[in-house]
Amino acid sequence: MRTKPELESKKLEFNQSGKKISDSQARTKFGKQLITGSVYLLLILVALVVIFPIIWMVLTSFKLEGEVQVYPPTILPKAWSLSAYRNVFKLYPFWLFLLNSFLISIAVTVGTLISSSMAAFSLVHLRFRGREVIFLAILGTLMVPFAATMVPIFIEMAKVHWLNTWYPLIVPAFLGNAYGIFLLRQLFRGIPRELGEAAKLDGCGPLRILCFIYVPLSKSAFAALGVVTFINSWNNMLAPLIFVNDRNKMPVSVGLAYLNGQGSSIWSWIMAASTVSVVPLLLMYAIGQKYVVMGMTMTERNK
Amino acid sequence: MNVSFRNRTPKHRETLWGWGLMVPTLLGLFFFTVGPFLVAIYISFTSWSLFQGPVWVGLANYKKMFHDPLFWTSWWNTAVYTGFSVPLSMIIGLGIAVLLNRKLRGMAFFRVLFFAPMTIGVVASGLLWAWMFSPQYGLLNYIFHFVGLGPFRWLTSASTCLMSIIIVGVWRALGFTIVIFLAGLQSIPEALYDAAAVDGAGGWRKFRHITIPMLSPTIFFSTLIGVIMSFQVFEQTYVMTQGGPGNSTLTIIYFIYQNGFSYLRMGYASAVSVSFLLVIVMGTTLLLRFQDRLVHYEN
Repeated sequence: MRTKPELESKKLEFNQSGKKISDSQARTKFGKQLITGSVYLLLILVALVVIFPIIWMVLTSFKLEGEVQVYPPTILPKAWSLSAYRNVFKLYPFWLFLLNSFLISIAVTVGTLISSSMAAFSLVHLRFRGREVIFLAILGTLMVPFAATMVPIFIEMAKVHWLNTWYPLIVPAFLGNAYGIFLLRQLFRGIPRELGEAAKLDGCGPLRILCFIYVPLSKSAFAALGVVTFINSWNNMLAPLIFVNDRNKMPVSVGLAYLNGQGSSIWSWIMAASTVSVVPLLLMYAIGQKYVVMGMTMTERNK
Repeated sequence: MNVSFRNRTPKHRETLWGWGLMVPTLLGLFFFTVGPFLVAIYISFTSWSLFQGPVWVGLANYKKMFHDPLFWTSWWNTAVYTGFSVPLSMIIGLGIAVLLNRKLRGMAFFRVLFFAPMTIGVVASGLLWAWMFSPQYGLLNYIFHFVGLGPFRWLTSASTCLMSIIIVGVWRALGFTIVIFLAGLQSIPEALYDAAAVDGAGGWRKFRHITIPMLSPTIFFSTLIGVIMSFQVFEQTYVMTQGGPGNSTLTIIYFIYQNGFSYLRMGYASAVSVSFLLVIVMGTTLLLRFQDRLVHYEN
């Protein structure tokens, strides 16, 4: 009978080098430590490659304008300076960009949660004719990315005079989101039907069953969908680029591209602006990383 | 609302509620996906500059498209981008996931780190990489200088530009694939490996005959999503290269954007959009059809 640690060490050896090491060797404490050590070393190396560009962005943002134009580049700023930040906020309405992004993303998140939960509940709990057809249609829209239909949508928005407003960004969120519907559908399916049936006998209508049974029972899914929707909306650039030209209505994603497009911008300014645009997301990620990871991988896992 | 349904049969009422709760989604389908999809097909047969109303031109846009070298260039660039970035992020992601899939201390911490690039936007990551790629003052050339390589021109040369964009794509997608594969690996029952070990299977054979088949649904779906996502590559090229130099990073969405919104050729842009939709829909359907042959499902 093998003990559990032994089995783990066996897995370790094959993962590490791809070839089999004899058992007696692997059993020695030294060999095990060596393997663990090299795994950590590799992980740290990969982590550096993945994270360092972000750190580099932050470091650059604290450099003086002259320091980003020297070779070889300095790793740490010679003098930590806020000059880049000051210039970005002085020359561009950057606070406004951030506020715009915040308001748009909140509205998009609220809309997505409401409309997706309604549709998902209808698909899971209610029995009615045409349900499968609707489900297939929603499934199909996953294949139609916004980029492929942006020309007609742009014309449509021009016709209803919604260009240069936030409506083209916010309204679609209130009209269902295939990804959100899927995510919630997966979770709603795990909720026993009997709970809803019992409530119905007590005189609850579908809306109350949704609000008081389904929603409370899938709080973490809502958190995950909410966080991910917020992040995606914050980072969305193509739609606002097309629909919003007014500088004072731009979200930060387009604001950043706009700032980058001005020839006069210096790398330390661009990095300062990028850092500012990213900080809210990294904070959110730091607080709710469980939900971010869950939301971004959920539909994937439940196929 | 509930009151008016009271006197109807319960089944009837459920139908009304079912469709009623679907109203927003149906409106969304009509105005923002299926509707525009059909309109795109119509516009592709017209000449339309927004200021001058649509004029029916038949197949003219399609004829022009097939003879337009830029159309083929942008498809080629998109294919190259996808062909490199998807397999690269999958292979590297799988490798790292295998390393992470053990009960060592601090694994959760590494997972959080690897996933971080996913959360920062494409615009910010495009810009920060453009800065890393800077041929004169960039960090990358400085690092490569130490190992005796370079200097590379990165984004400023037609031969390295697309590769540079691919690096950014892989960097961003890596965290996602790692987490997906980790979840997949953790769902493989330990007993399978134990049984194989009893039968004397070595590390590689276990990997080849247990890990890969058991992970195949995960691999399949992340490939599918990866391909669909990387077909839409746009933001990187928009902020980093504007499609250049010499159209070397002109991607299909960028091409649509350029025609539609810079040159206001709505008809032509729609024809290209239709080609894009056809490729995506046909590709996805084909892959899903061959799913049974490619993927091992338990039971």
